[in-house]
Amino acid sequence: MEIAQSSSSSTVTPTGKGFSLQRRQQIWGWVFLSPWLIGLICFTVLPMFASLLFSFLNFKLGDPGNIYFNNFGNYEYLLKDPLLGPAFMSTLKFALIALPLSIIVPIGLAALLNSKHLIGRPIFRTLFYMPYIVPVVSSAYIWSGVLNTDSGWLNRILFDLGLGKPNWLFDINLIYPALNIIGLWGVGNAMLIMLASMQGVPTELYEAARVDGAGGLTIFRRITFPMISPVVFYNLILSVIGIFRYFEVPYILKEGTGDPGNSTLFYNIHLYKNAFGQQDMGYGSTLAWLMFVIAMGMTLFLFATARYWVYYGSGEQA
Amino acid sequence: MTTQSQTSSVESYINTSPLYALQLKKMALYATVTLFAMLILMGFLTPFAYAVVTASKSEEQVKAGTVLPYTQETFTYDGKELPLLEVPQPDGTFRIMAGLKLMRGPQAKNEFINPSNTEEIFIWEGNWRDLKQIETLEIHLWENIVQVWESKQVNFPVMIRNTMAIAVLGLIGTLISCISVAYAFARFPIPRKRMLFLILVSTIILPSQVTLVPTFAFFSAIGWTGRDAVGFAPWLPLIVPHFFANAYNVFLLRQYFLTLPKELDEAAMIDGAGPFRILLSVIIPQSLPVIVAVAIFHLVFAWNDYFMPNLYLLGRDDLKPIAVGIQQFNYVFDIKPHLLQSSMILGLIVPVLIFLFAQRFFMRGVVITGVEK
Repeated sequence: MEIAQSSSSSTVTPTGKGFSLQRRQQIWGWVFLSPWLIGLICFTVLPMFASLLFSFLNFKLGDPGNIYFNNFGNYEYLLKDPLLGPAFMSTLKFALIALPLSIIVPIGLAALLNSKHLIGRPIFRTLFYMPYIVPVVSSAYIWSGVLNTDSGWLNRILFDLGLGKPNWLFDINLIYPALNIIGLWGVGNAMLIMLASMQGVPTELYEAARVDGAGGLTIFRRITFPMISPVVFYNLILSVIGIFRYFEVPYILKEGTGDPGNSTLFYNIHLYKNAFGQQDMGYGSTLAWLMFVIAMGMTLFLFATARYWVYYGSGEQA
Repeated sequence: MTTQSQTSSVESYINTSPLYALQLKKMALYATVTLFAMLILMGFLTPFAYAVVTASKSEEQVKAGTVLPYTQETFTYDGKELPLLEVPQPDGTFRIMAGLKLMRGPQAKNEFINPSNTEEIFIWEGNWRDLKQIETLEIHLWENIVQVWESKQVNFPVMIRNTMAIAVLGLIGTLISCISVAYAFARFPIPRKRMLFLILVSTIILPSQVTLVPTFAFFSAIGWTGRDAVGFAPWLPLIVPHFFANAYNVFLLRQYFLTLPKELDEAAMIDGAGPFRILLSVIIPQSLPVIVAVAIFHLVFAWNDYFMPNLYLLGRDDLKPIAVGIQQFNYVFDIKPHLLQSSMILGLIVPVLIFLFAQRFFMRGVVITGVEK
């Protein structure tokens, strides 16, 4: 369908041979593109419509003979679901710490590694990156040991400093800082991207600013940040999506129970428990679409703010 | 750094020219920044140290609760293990003696014997817990790892086999599909190519949950998941989707293909090579660094992935990869931190080694996909 349409619109070259070559090339293009196109349709577009459809169904995987439209039953249940509120609250409380950290810490580390006064930069870069490579299961359990109330190394230090033994993973007030500490261990990827972006800032800009007598902070605010803002923006969007997808560390450490007191019942864990624990495909899809709409709304909002703070200079590639 | 000798205190004291002051200031700046970075780095590497140190302990050492894997030295006397302690003598010196009768309390009378002459009994008054214990560092890392590897509850050799099979089969799919799609985007006149490429890139930020439920229902309906699935079928949901390309790798490969000169393609075409021949004998041989990067990305991803195998291999312990398996191991050895941390080291050692050996390919790939997006 697409092929026929496109070939008719392609420019006709004087020789018939050129036309057929162009057309042959186009067909080959579709052939090489086909794995992605088929995948896009089978694993993205169709499932998206299917989950929208599922959200209007009573559909339990264990009871396939009993599938029927329940109209807005699943959506009505959103209002009644006693755990949806806690799931939103947990996600929000986590996000309030995680989102700023996910931008500030990689920028700070990248600035440090970008300093020309740092000796052995490649080694630092490699070692700061390394924890990102550790499987999430290993990092969750290693940290549960480091944060252990009695034998953990963090509390040994805090206790020696006279700060007591905080119950990191079992205290409602400390669980979010604790999870964020674990999350920050994997900051290396974002750090590396920010660092590469900082290294791409033309040195003439810095020299010019220094000639004008600008200090370090002014240079960062007026030159470095604007120049790396597209990358910051990209990372911010990935972080927002990442908050909604946050699952593995709390699921592994708390086995999906949400302890203590539903504080680790994050949105995605709630979704998982409904969709795959209860095998409720209908309500699971409803939760997925709610999340999709909210995440897309936030992404669009961020795109709308982008023109006020994201700088797309002439040097940027499309 | 070559000026190190000049900055020794004596010379800088003698030489008071402003140039030296400036150089000293510069050195101080280097030292401050580097030390600060090292301090943060120590925090980053501490968990690795914790895992290795804990995995090096024996069960007794874990119970003893010291930070490092120290063992209290003992002296066997009359069938009993007596702790060796440094006991203060009347003449102000210390002697290593074995505690025969150790009492509670700050003013208790404790009896010690001399290990080389068990007839000699010495009485010391005070709290024996204040005395320095004779400890030696004993590392049990290897035997712990062997014990984990050979444990009956969780079959590590099978888990490694499963991980490798899932990773390598998925890798084949990723390489074929992503190279093909990137080739299409880089070299062929496809109508609305820019829009298609934008759709491809935007799938990166699509929350995958919105496609997950029906995909799971579909794989479940065709018998590719669940307890009743036949043979190795539950691996298919983890492998088959990789034959349909993913945005990150296509992006990375396309960026690289675009930098290759088109003249070589055209020369090959004039020689009568078809698009497949050009891909195999012109594009791929020139792109090995980026193909290696994609391969490493996929291997590390597949080795580390937890969510998908946990979902699709539920109830099929015989098929689980290591990332899911070591979590089950935790249920078995919940209260044994040394074995738990040994299993975590088994889980992370392969990806970390791959990264350290191939870090240049790896980090360059991250930079291209991250910065140029």
